Amino acid sequence: MIKLTTPLHKDDINNLKVGDSVLLSGTIFTARDAVHKYLLENPQELPKGIDLTGAVIFHAGPNAKKVNDKWVITAIGPTTSARMSAYEPDFIKRFGVRAIIGKGGMDKNTKESLKNNGAAYFSAIGGAAALLAQSVVQVKNVFFLERFAMTEAMWELEVKDFPVIVTMDRHGKSVHDDVKKKSGKEYERLIGE
Amino acid sequence: MEITKHIIELYKKVATTLPSDVKAALSKAYENKEESTTAINTLSAINKNIELAENESKAICQDTGTPYFFVKYPIALSQLEVKKQIIEATKIASKEIPLRPNSVETLRGKTESDNVGVGIPVFYLEEWEKHDLQIQLILKGGGSENMGRTYSLPDTTLGAGRDIHGVRKCIIDAVFQAQGKACPPGILGIAVGSPKDAVARLAKEQLLRKLDDRNPVRELDRFEKDITAELNTLGIGPAGLGGKTTILGAKIAFMHRHPACYFVEIAYSCWATRRGTLTINEVGEVVYD
Repeated sequence: MIKLTTPLHKDDINNLKVGDSVLLSGTIFTARDAVHKYLLENPQELPKGIDLTGAVIFHAGPNAKKVNDKWVITAIGPTTSARMSAYEPDFIKRFGVRAIIGKGGMDKNTKESLKNNGAAYFSAIGGAAALLAQSVVQVKNVFFLERFAMTEAMWELEVKDFPVIVTMDRHGKSVHDDVKKKSGKEYERLIGE
Repeated sequence: MEITKHIIELYKKVATTLPSDVKAALSKAYENKEESTTAINTLSAINKNIELAENESKAICQDTGTPYFFVKYPIALSQLEVKKQIIEATKIASKEIPLRPNSVETLRGKTESDNVGVGIPVFYLEEWEKHDLQIQLILKGGGSENMGRTYSLPDTTLGAGRDIHGVRKCIIDAVFQAQGKACPPGILGIAVGSPKDAVARLAKEQLLRKLDDRNPVRELDRFEKDITAELNTLGIGPAGLGGKTTILGAKIAFMHRHPACYFVEIAYSCWATRRGTLTINEVGEVVYD
């Protein structure tokens, strides 16, 4: 088990390979379709004091509630990352992001971007949201809540030992490609019958 | 009839506790099917999550889904009244449980805070001859909903004709295309026939069936078992990271069709298939299943 703390550095990422289990601690930012599109079109709108250099972006829309005026995450887990493939290569480059957490993997342009910018893609287990919420220590901030609402807002979360698996590394390897290739062979066999 | 509080309770149960047949299938998959460390760890985390959510009454998944209500009501009970109370219960449950605000006004993009909107919740209401009121709820996640497919046969790309062999190819294609995006190991609801909206509904209704039930049509009962076994040779596995458990079960129904049409509708439901039934009999006794 590898333990990493944000912000992530080039060496942290270089040493990772697909299949590694990682426990992440520090700060992670959620961003889905809306935030990706908005910040790429309006980079000056990145909230003041927020630096995404070395940051971890989490494709997730939490279930949260306010307890005594403080936000508490009741459930959080990854959404399908493929929807963000249209933005991610530029987003990684533009903001210096070092890692993405999501589910299902991303396209070949993102894979190239991970390679060129020294970043990695982590898978968290989709649906295991009560369990993952246990690794969220606190909500540090929430941005664009008015504009995009709870699911699509940008949540700044402090996490401790948040469990992920490296499924796309910066060396061009992808578990998703491997599974697709292998299942593709079996698919051809079944369809051909 | 006052049913609002029972519907809130149904929401709570469905959002936090998986049906026992789905739980059993997932723990069986963990105990004796997988070989790779990733698949074993993934199933272990899934099972831990289920236990935690149930014990602490927390939502199993942050996406508490789109609510589907399948209602069978006795003669002389007002359908309007049932709908009204379900909508009221949805608003309260959204705050209390909580449910994630999942109803977005599509044209302007505004998110409603209470999971109510045009066409949301989804209602399928039917009068029946029994004296019970039966309300079945599915909370259907959006990630798996995106990976559902409609095929129109014949499909020359797949080499799928208008028979059960063609249907089989469509199902294999849909699960292959979905890879890890729909949170496998999933459950499939499949319907064949026409028109389109009718097969879409019938496919969703198949998701209400328990994994261990039997299809009343003998050849379809056989088909359900065979197609599940075949899909599990694809190797997509838990979370799509490789493994032997890709599908927990497949449920299929055929309906009549227009001579020109032949649709195969596949509803993909993630491993967190959340469904439940509330029955209120004529003396007011309430049973949850």
